[in-house]
Amino acid sequence: MKTSNLKSMLGPFLIGLLLLGCNEAPKETNSGDPSGSIATSKEQGQAFIENDESTPTVLSIAINSPDHTTLVAAVQAADLENALVNAGPLMVFAPTNEAFDALPAGTVENLLKPENKDALANILKHHVTPGKYDKAFLKNFKKLGQANDQNTTVEVKGDDVYVGGAKILASVPAGNGIVHVVDKVILPPNQ
Amino acid sequence: MAFHLGRLFKEIPVFSQFPTSGYGYSEETKPMLNTSFGFVPWDDAHHPDISRTNGELDGRWIFINGNNTPRIARVSLSTFETEEIIELPNSAGNHSSSFITENTEYVVAGTRFSVPVPQRDMPINEYKGNFKGALSFISIAPDTGRLNLDFQMMMPGFNYDLSHPGRGKSHGWFFFTTYNTEEANSLMEVNSSQNDKDFIAAVNWKMIAEYVKNGGGTKMATEYAHNVYDEHTHSATSTMKKEVITVDPTKVPGAVFFLPTPKSPHGCDVDPSGQYIIGNGKLSADLTIHSFDKMIAAIEGKKFDGEAYGIPILRFEDVLAGTVKSGGLGPLHTEFDDKGNAYTTFFISSEVVKWKLGTWEVLDRQPTFYSVGHLMIPGGNSRKPFGKYVVAMNKITKDRYLPTGPEMEHSAQIYDISGDKMELIYDFPTHGEPHYAAGCPADLLAPKSKKIYRLDDNKHPYAVTSPDQAKVVREGNEVHVYMSTIRSHFTPDNIEGIKVGDKVYFHITNHEQDFDVPHGFAMIGQNTSELLIMPGQTKTSVWEPKKVGVSAVLLYGFLFSATPRNARLCEGLPGRFKCSLNLFLRRIVYKI
Repeated sequence: MKTSNLKSMLGPFLIGLLLLGCNEAPKETNSGDPSGSIATSKEQGQAFIENDESTPTVLSIAINSPDHTTLVAAVQAADLENALVNAGPLMVFAPTNEAFDALPAGTVENLLKPENKDALANILKHHVTPGKYDKAFLKNFKKLGQANDQNTTVEVKGDDVYVGGAKILASVPAGNGIVHVVDKVILPPNQ
Repeated sequence: MAFHLGRLFKEIPVFSQFPTSGYGYSEETKPMLNTSFGFVPWDDAHHPDISRTNGELDGRWIFINGNNTPRIARVSLSTFETEEIIELPNSAGNHSSSFITENTEYVVAGTRFSVPVPQRDMPINEYKGNFKGALSFISIAPDTGRLNLDFQMMMPGFNYDLSHPGRGKSHGWFFFTTYNTEEANSLMEVNSSQNDKDFIAAVNWKMIAEYVKNGGGTKMATEYAHNVYDEHTHSATSTMKKEVITVDPTKVPGAVFFLPTPKSPHGCDVDPSGQYIIGNGKLSADLTIHSFDKMIAAIEGKKFDGEAYGIPILRFEDVLAGTVKSGGLGPLHTEFDDKGNAYTTFFISSEVVKWKLGTWEVLDRQPTFYSVGHLMIPGGNSRKPFGKYVVAMNKITKDRYLPTGPEMEHSAQIYDISGDKMELIYDFPTHGEPHYAAGCPADLLAPKSKKIYRLDDNKHPYAVTSPDQAKVVREGNEVHVYMSTIRSHFTPDNIEGIKVGDKVYFHITNHEQDFDVPHGFAMIGQNTSELLIMPGQTKTSVWEPKKVGVSAVLLYGFLFSATPRNARLCEGLPGRFKCSLNLFLRRIVYKI
């Protein structure tokens, strides 16, 4: 049900038009019961609040992008939706579908298996930094501390900024941070 | 400060004016809000903590910090009124406060931001090495609770974020988390997170207190207000203090050490045994737990990894007890139950995670709604937790209750933690952002809660202890009305001859000696608030009449008869003012 809802929402938007598309909030809402019901379910939390007035979050930006369907599926498999709507601010490096496709065959399918949820969450959290820096400001950094507790590198080549070896292709400000679209999956360094 | 667990019992004004009772408006309580910056009628209250005996909550007083204009307050837990406020010099953002040592020897208050000491104009690029972080140790008199700023430790110019005392075996030590150990002053996001590890500062306060007692430390000129409320005179005084003893930590070898702790640690919590010191790196997913025994062994073995401004740095590996691989994001604060478990909040992943002390395994996790900050287990930061419930205090509410426009009350949630799994049992909106809480069993407080103030113990200089003492005294253009009130009249009930330009002081004594029979008082057009006067209490309200005419006095409270009395109209004479007291019902207090 989740997947079909998602597909129905993913319009043919270009990345540059993401902001326009973001008023389409996720419809799979499970708003809190005004009486203060204490029942809990998987799809509960800030990510599932119906809200079409606020600036889109990093999560809704990803959900509304046709180039990030793999990333969104991965975020949902790892149950990270609620973290990505937190007040933050959060900086998300969002690999495109093409970036996931470039991984060795079978990698994504393997990571999406329930038994690999922790490994998947670790990789996804390596794409998140507490903070909100635009591309120009990122040039001040040599490294970033990622949400999975490991560092990643920042390199500047001409006008381009590379984070963990992935090039920033475009950037979309969000209500709770910023999404930098990147051309590669940033794999965590071996611990 | 509010007392409730989903049911509001009382809201206690501390750093803020409070028109319900007249706190901060009445002549008696205005001095409570005096500071070296003048009258500051608000603050940002953060961390209440209850007094202790042998590390267990004893229910005598509760302390709380004002973060913005650095202050510490002491509230009586028999009258539930603010009794004392002391300002802290050399501080900027009084955040790692107000935590109480094992036997309520000290309330400790660390500055979040470092500043030049003494304050002076200084270019910000000279920050590094020149700013100081003051850790204030305020002694508490065992019998009266009276506060005294005993000494301030002048630490390196880091940010001192949170703190907790050692307990049990670590009694005598205090632990403070630090960040920005880089001492960055520009591009803070880039420069203040370059070190992989900041520090937990371990301070042997017993050693420093002994050093000061023996004449150590340097007296420094400064200015800070010390405000004391006397329950017997029902009045506060404000004294401006001019001096503080500062201690250079390098002058007391063996008293201060740094424990490297990853990722800008925020919460700094000590388990009930005093063995474990938990640093929650807010930019981290993991919790770092240091061992007190290992810390002592490393100090005794002099196993140092360099120093910072003369303060020895211990080796991370030498003091580390373990790491909790939580799987959560944004750990903030930890409290404890009485079964060897710890409970940590995660702001970004909006959850409370239960884990086991010693094995560091995660036992359970429950979502909060939403973005939790602190949590509180009654006694959960003491030697004796009452581990039946945990309250999670959230910073975001969104859809949790019926909507009330952009601004809303924020949510807190109670979980039953008596079983293996935490169970959310109640969810309630609380006033403002519920920042942190302190809790204890009701039977610690209820038996000694005061019911009335004794009239025969009223030492207020303007009190009238019987109605025949009521009078009006003119001193130049000041008029003092000595007034008494009892169901359902007050004396005098007619005051004439007040002039425009006078300053009229109504000193009202409530002659009731019954539980829960307050009386209220206000004048039309009065540029202050109402007063709510408890049985046996005297409060004073100032009124400066601006218009000629007859004024009504609103007297309200526990009144059953609502007959207007002496509602006599007086002719206003040019330039003169006649006042007739008009007693009528404004509000009946219903008992529910």
